[in-house]
Amino acid sequence: MGTPPLWIVLAITAVKGLVVLVVLLTAFAYMTWLERRLLSRFQVRIGPNRAGPFGLLQPVADGVKLFFKEDFTPAESDRAIYLMAPGISLLTAFMAFAVIPFGPPEIRLLDVPLLQIANPNAGILFLLAISSIGIYGIILGGWSSNSKYPLLGALRSSAQLISYELGVGLTIVSVILLSGTLQLSKIVEQQTGTWFGFLPQWNIFVLPIGPVAFLLLLLGATAETNRAPFDLPEAEQELTAGYHTEYGGMKFAAFMVSEYINLITASAVAVTLFFGGWDGPFVDQVPLLGVLWFIVKVFAFVFFFIWLRATLPRVRYDQLMDLGWKLLVPVAILNLAITSAIVLIWPQLGGG
Amino acid sequence: MTDYLVLSGVLFVIGTLGVLLRRNALIVFMSIELMLNAVNLAFVSFARQWGDMTGQVIVFFVLVVAAAEVVVGLAIIVNIFRTKETVDIDDIDLLRG
Amino acid sequence: MEQVLFWLLAAGAVGSSLAMITGRKPVHCAVVFLGTLISLAGLFLLLYAQFVAILQIIIYAGAILVLFLFVIMLLHAHSGEGPVEKLRLQRPLAIVFSLVLLAGISLLFLQAGLGGPPSPEAGMGTAESVGQALFDRFILPFEVASVLLLAGILGAVVLSKKEGPS
Repeated sequence: MGTPPLWIVLAITAVKGLVVLVVLLTAFAYMTWLERRLLSRFQVRIGPNRAGPFGLLQPVADGVKLFFKEDFTPAESDRAIYLMAPGISLLTAFMAFAVIPFGPPEIRLLDVPLLQIANPNAGILFLLAISSIGIYGIILGGWSSNSKYPLLGALRSSAQLISYELGVGLTIVSVILLSGTLQLSKIVEQQTGTWFGFLPQWNIFVLPIGPVAFLLLLLGATAETNRAPFDLPEAEQELTAGYHTEYGGMKFAAFMVSEYINLITASAVAVTLFFGGWDGPFVDQVPLLGVLWFIVKVFAFVFFFIWLRATLPRVRYDQLMDLGWKLLVPVAILNLAITSAIVLIWPQLGGG
Repeated sequence: MTDYLVLSGVLFVIGTLGVLLRRNALIVFMSIELMLNAVNLAFVSFARQWGDMTGQVIVFFVLVVAAAEVVVGLAIIVNIFRTKETVDIDDIDLLRG
Repeated sequence: MEQVLFWLLAAGAVGSSLAMITGRKPVHCAVVFLGTLISLAGLFLLLYAQFVAILQIIIYAGAILVLFLFVIMLLHAHSGEGPVEKLRLQRPLAIVFSLVLLAGISLLFLQAGLGGPPSPEAGMGTAESVGQALFDRFILPFEVASVLLLAGILGAVVLSKKEGPS
């Protein structure tokens, strides 16, 4: 069966995109609930439990509340850019997820793989490109509000993102070296199978570079998604709410959505690069099980990020920059050198 | 292929116009970046025309030069602003006799 | 299909770059310049240069333009242009000479009479093919480029360092 005509591919892709969009939005809604409930647990409180059983309807209530809030623009703000910024954030957050494979490619409809929206052969670079565009939402939002706190938040955020992007990029290069490909679906496929019959061939188990690279990526991802302990751009005690202080209603919600979707994407990237993506027991017999494994792994990461927020105090700004430039970048370069040496000595380890 | 090349020429000329007409150092700088980008487009078009990767590799070097140039240039602009409180290039005329 | 995309992207690039050189606030200029960069990345994709297109986004849009915005915000430069034009003839002369330049460039390209390009080789413009060329024929310029970047970093550090007590 050859490749189907373009319009069929486009139609299927559109449907896939729509489904993923709905799933991501639902996931976002329940992540806010989960985060509040879990944080309460960590802090020996109860958390939202009034709306519905266990407070499960709280996200709906929040959504309705935000929808009916006054839609205001601050005085002397730059109106066009003020309106554009949340849009950029939202768009890039959703676009980044498009290249993540969340299931085995065997599941096809008319020869179009169903469990990944798009599979460009430079998928991982596409992710980096989209995440670098995402910065604009924050910078422009902070600048256009014409207010001190958002501007400071935006300046902090852009400096932080540029600094950590470098380390994350270098870390990802070492994974690319291990896999020998830029295509995310192939990176996952390479991690299927086991060593010695029980240990999955995930990149995290490639000693000694896998765990190091993973820790570096985790550090960088936490900083790039502005999560605690690196949430300086929105440090409440210093900057009120950071770059989105002057936003309200649905525009504020747009920033929130993109922040949480970015967290999901970062977890999904970590899972894809180091934990074998949809790989797991019995996937070769029941391919659909891959989606479940993927969701379980991503959920574990999301839980971890929430746990991190509840546990660690926020770092100081100079500590943040030190960590980025004096730890992340040098260790990433060292890791890259060791990885290239290893791939050179045992080429069978690298895919290429 | 000619249309791509003419487009790159148009963009290059818009860049020169920006350099010549604007007096805000930052916008002049962005116009220079636009000129570099227009040249990149021409290089990539030539790479496509002759099926040769050299054109695309040159773009890589142009990007490197642009990055280095921006880093140093913006540092100079910030320095000038610190001492003269302006980014208007017509006001920066201390060397004028 | 390709033609339609080309004209859309070309219009986007020209329109946004014109908006950039006429914009009043530097931030607006930077934002429309982002539009130019993205349209150009699209054009690169049409020209089978996907790796270059992605580099364009990561380096230009993700690093260089962000640096511009950073400096614009740091300086609070609203318009930054004084009311008086000091060189009086600059404006008309600039327009005349630019038009001459445009005519010259276009004439050159039209005269060359380039035909339709050959069908591209498989895998043209992917990371692999760019890497092959870069690390094979261009290894020396590549190393020199890294020295240039180092010089750039050092230059920026020296320039922005505050004068210590000497």
